[in-house]
Parts: sequence; C-alpha cells; structure tokens
Amino acid sequence: MTEQELAFTQDELDEIERIKAKFPTNKAATLRVLWVAQEKYGHVKPEVQNLVADTLDLPRSHVHGVASFYTQYYKEETGTYVLDVCTCLSCQVCGGYDILHHLEDELGIKAGETTEDGMFTIQEVECLGACGYAPMLQVTNGVYANNLTKEKVDKLIENLRKGKKPEFESMVMRQNEKRKKELSQ
Amino acid sequence: MVEDWKSYEPLIIPDIPNLHRIEVYEEHDGYRAFRRILDNPEEWSRTNVTNEVKAANIRGRGGAGFNAGLKWSFMPQPDERPRYLACNGDESEPGTFKDRNIFEFNPHLFIEGALIAAYAMSVDVIYVYIRGEYIDWVRIFEKAVEEAYEKGYLGEDILGTGIDIEMYTTYGAGAYICGEETGMLESLEGKRGYPRIKPPFPAQKGLWGNPTTINNIETLANVPLVINNGADWYQSIGAEDHNGPVLYGISGHVNKPGVYEYPAGMPVEDLIYDVAGGIRGNKELKALIPGGTSTPVLRADQLEGVSMDSNSLRDAGSMMGTAGMVVLDEDTDMVDLLWRITHFFHHESCGQCTPCREGTGWLEKVLLKIKNGEGEIKDLDLLLDMTTQMEGRTICALADAAAWPVRHTINRFRDEFEERCKKSVHAVA
Ligand SMILES: Cc1cc2nc3c(=O)[nH]c(=O)nc-3n(C[C@H](O)[C@H](O)[C@H](O)COP(=O)(O)O)c2cc1C
Ligand code: SF4
Ligand code: FES
Repeated sequence: MTEQELAFTQDELDEIERIKAKFPTNKAATLRVLWVAQEKYGHVKPEVQNLVADTLDLPRSHVHGVASFYTQYYKEETGTYVLDVCTCLSCQVCGGYDILHHLEDELGIKAGETTEDGMFTIQEVECLGACGYAPMLQVTNGVYANNLTKEKVDKLIENLRKGKKPEFESMVMRQNEKRKKELSQ
Repeated sequence: MVEDWKSYEPLIIPDIPNLHRIEVYEEHDGYRAFRRILDNPEEWSRTNVTNEVKAANIRGRGGAGFNAGLKWSFMPQPDERPRYLACNGDESEPGTFKDRNIFEFNPHLFIEGALIAAYAMSVDVIYVYIRGEYIDWVRIFEKAVEEAYEKGYLGEDILGTGIDIEMYTTYGAGAYICGEETGMLESLEGKRGYPRIKPPFPAQKGLWGNPTTINNIETLANVPLVINNGADWYQSIGAEDHNGPVLYGISGHVNKPGVYEYPAGMPVEDLIYDVAGGIRGNKELKALIPGGTSTPVLRADQLEGVSMDSNSLRDAGSMMGTAGMVVLDEDTDMVDLLWRITHFFHHESCGQCTPCREGTGWLEKVLLKIKNGEGEIKDLDLLLDMTTQMEGRTICALADAAAWPVRHTINRFRDEFEERCKKSVHAVA
C-alpha cells in the first residue's frame, strides 16, 4: 500500500476526536490512535505510524518512538491470528513451554514466525494476568484461552482455521457459588 | 494471624450475581458511602474523609503497601491547576491476576472508591489505566463507567452538589514498566513508559506537571468499605498493621488455583492446603513466591506459622507484594525458574539506567549459562555481586525487583545451583 492510499474514514476520525477529548494534549492520544490504526490495518508499519502522526499533528519521530516501545503493536505484518503464549512464571511451572513447543510442532514454525499460508503467527510473551488459569495464550491481542492442554490447543487451531475464535471466559471466584450457578444456567 | 477465616464472606467481590450492573450494585447499598459523604459535607469534609481512610491504614495493593490515606494527604492545597487521580490497572507483575476481577465482577465498588478519593483530594479528572492485553475487561469496565455517568455519579454537578468529576478509561499496549507509577504517567501522556526521576513526586508534579495521586484498583475498592463501616471496623479485619480484605491470587502447583478473597494475615499453609486444595498430584511443597515475581521466594521450611501480612512475611524474609502467590512443588527446577524471571526483567527493563539495562542482561546471560550446565561456582558469586551493584542505583524499583529474586533464590537454594555448576565442571573436564 502506498502512503497516499492510507487514510482514516470519517467514522474513525470521529472516534479519534472522542479519544482526544479525554486528554488535554494531542500527544496523549498517541497510544489509542495507534490502536485504532492497528485495528484497521492489522499492523502499524512505518507508513501507518506516519498516518497516526499526521492525523494527530505530531512529529513522526514521536509516534515511531512510541510504536517501537510497546510490544502489542505489530511493527510488521502478522498472520491472521497471532497466538501469544505465556511462558512466564506461573505458566512456566504449569507447562507453558510444552504448549508453546506443541504449537511450534503443529504449525511447523518457531516463536516469532508466521506460517506460510499466512494464517498463524506464534509469539512467546510475558505474564498476561491469567496466572491461575495457566497455561494460557491470547489470540491476536484479544480473547484469552485458559487452562490449556495439547488437546485444547489442537481444537483451538482447528476452530481458528474455520474462523471461529474462542469466546470470552468468565473466571468466577470459587467462593462465589451463586454467581457460578447463574453462569452455568 | 487470622484463624476464623472459614466464616469470612467476601466484601470486595461478594457472591452477588450481576453485581457489575449498577441497579444491582445500588440495591446492595452501592454508592451509599459516596452519597453519605455528599449528603453530610460537614461531617465528611475532604479532610475528614482523608483522615478516616488514613486511620484505616488501607495498605496499597499495588505492591508497595503504602497507607492510601496518608498518600492522599501529600496532595498540595488546591490552586488553579487541574488535579488528577490515576488509577493503576496495569496489573503486569507476574503471578498477579486480581484487579481484572474487580473490573469484571464489581466495577462500581472501584468507581465509588475512586470517586471518594477524588472528592477527598479535590480531584477534577480520574484516569483509569488498564493494561492493553485486558481489552475485554476494558470493554466491560467502560460499560460500568457509562452507567455511572447516566446515573449522575460522574460528570458535571454530581447528584446536584455542584461537584464535577470526570472519569476516563484508557489502556496501554504491552509494557510491564507502565505499572510503575511514573511510567504509567508517561504512558498516559502518550509517551514511552519511561519512569521519572523522583523528586518531584507526582503529588507535586504528576500528569502534565499537575498534582496527581496514583492508587491501585484494589486499593480504591477498599475505600467505600471504610466509609460505610468506619476505620475501627476496617482495622478489626486482618492482621495487626495490615488490615482489610485481600484478593489472593493463587497460582502454580495447587489443585484449585484462582483468586480468593480473605482477610489480610491469612496463614500461608491454610491458603495453600485448605483454600487452594493442596499441592497437585500429592506432591510436596517446595517453595512459595508470596506476592509476585519481585518478592523473595521462601522455602517450605521457612513457611511454618507465616501469615500473609507485611510483618509476618518480612520476618520470614520476604514481602507481601501483590499477594499473587506462586506455589511451587518438589519437582520445580529453581535454576530454570530463576533464569526465566531474569529473562522477564531483562525484557521489561526500559533501558534508561545503565545498572538496570546492563545488569538485567547479565543476570539473564549468566543464569542461562548455568541452566545449560556450563556455569561455574564462581558465577554464583558473580550473580550475587551483580545484585548489590544494581540495587538502589536506578530511577525506579525495577532494578531492585530484578535483583532480589536472584539474591534470595540463590541463597535459599544454593545447593541446587551449585549442583548444576559442578556437573558442568565434571562434564567439561
Ligand atoms: C516495575 C514496577 C511495576 C509495577 N507494576 C504495578 C502494577 O502493574 N500495578 C500496580 O498497581 N502497581 C504497580 N507498581 C507499583 C506502583 O508503582 C505504585 O506503587 C502503585 O500503583 C501505587 O498504588 P497503591 O499505593 O494503591 O498500591 C509497580 C512498581 C514497579 C516498580
Ligand atoms: S530501573 Fe530499569 S526500568 Fe526503572 S527506569 Fe531504570 S532502566 Fe528503566
Ligand atoms: S504467568 Fe502466565 S498469565 Fe501470569
């Protein structure tokens, strides 16, 4: 895509205005507008970063600096699904690496790589705040898949190939019996 | 130590279906504390609210355990500048997964607590900063904020009192360091999350140079409880010097991992064996990391009679941190574990300070060598020496947080580390 073709739609520009209204400076909206851009293009490669900078009337160098600092921004194109496998502390001791290696074997790629069909990218990531539901992974900066086993991973891959993402899973405290009952109804 | 915990009923996340909806929250006395303050502005002047919260000694649940009310009292007198409350929902300390439960199951308790804090400190704008990975919880929480606006608890002229308080939710994009309070402020300003040199402290010069207080989500969720029931009541829950309900996140090798709410000062053994159902596969307990990666690991034999509160954990040789407890069984490879911890800190160091940037890198490198069986005994002393060179010399506490686990894990499991080294010496020779 050439730089000229990149542009936000009116709806996106409206959303950007709503974001800007939360902060006293345009600069403060940088992270959020990078998110808007990533949702649209699936990545924030340099030309997309430039669009963000120009839209917010900020130096391009500032936006490049921010985009490179934060790990959730994709600075390169990724597969349709990015599988972020946590191998940090609790996940490490609960088999996070087994899950990662299983995925690598199944998809024939290593962490950091994308399958040839462009379907999957695997990444090894730090704690995602789901330590009690380890091992786990996150799908493309979105939904969490918890308490993984190899079988669950296989099923997940199968479903994703069909375009079916896992649903948000509510983790009710074990003490909260009434809530659990309600959830199961 | 708390003994009668079996009859404890959760207060932060009570067992009430649909409590995340504002009508349900209101039915259960929700926003009563905030209304009470607004209805009795003389009894509940800003100073009195701060004093009550200070007397309750709500210890910061973000890791440092600082008295919330005392922190509020550091805000300067109002002047022409805007004033901010920045709520820390970055929740990135490995082993920690509690604040997301508040967003999901009782967001209004937190909103109410933040409102009371904002009132007490004459804050104009509340920012709620949530880690980017929690986007599903951001969406859930944003709905709650919308409801609170619709009901008139937020915005202009709140409940007809003439008080204006805005609440804006925003989120990060993946960086542990944005949980450090000034890293978070930088991120809120739309920049890289580089922690700031202190002083000046945020109360003097925080967001855009204006007075700002930073509190953790769970900390603020405790505030309505204090206003509703009083500081004395709050002080009666938990351990001496560490009070109130705590969300314990229990993970690792237990049968029933998860978040549990019990008073501060819970006996560690009760939490592991009764609450979390004991060690998986009937294995023996080897060690516990009591409150997130940064808190020093304790061997099983160091846990006898220890409870989850700052005094008891300090005496045992560790810290409460975030109460994210990682339980480790007899098969845990402490060398692998420690290497992975140093990998985390190296990855997350923002790189501003040389001792941290270089130090975390070296810790990881040397531990990788040991893990791969290529280490020598003298490497262990090199590691210990590096930890003293990293400590207390940096802009923020990440370098300390990286140094402590290395020092304590090696000292407390020295045999295991030496064994890895020795074998390699034989193998090489
Ligand atoms: C490296 C580092 C990471 C931190 N991460 C978090 C975090 O994710 N969430 C949090 O509430 N506090 C975190 N803290 C602590 C904050 O700096 C700050 O003390 C806290 O948010 C204050 O709130 P409290 O007093 O209510 O606990 C971190 C501190 C450091 C040094
Ligand atoms: S101690 Fe480390 S993380 Fe903290 S400011 Fe310095 S380099 Fe950055
Ligand atoms: S360690 Fe994997 S989610 Fe926390």
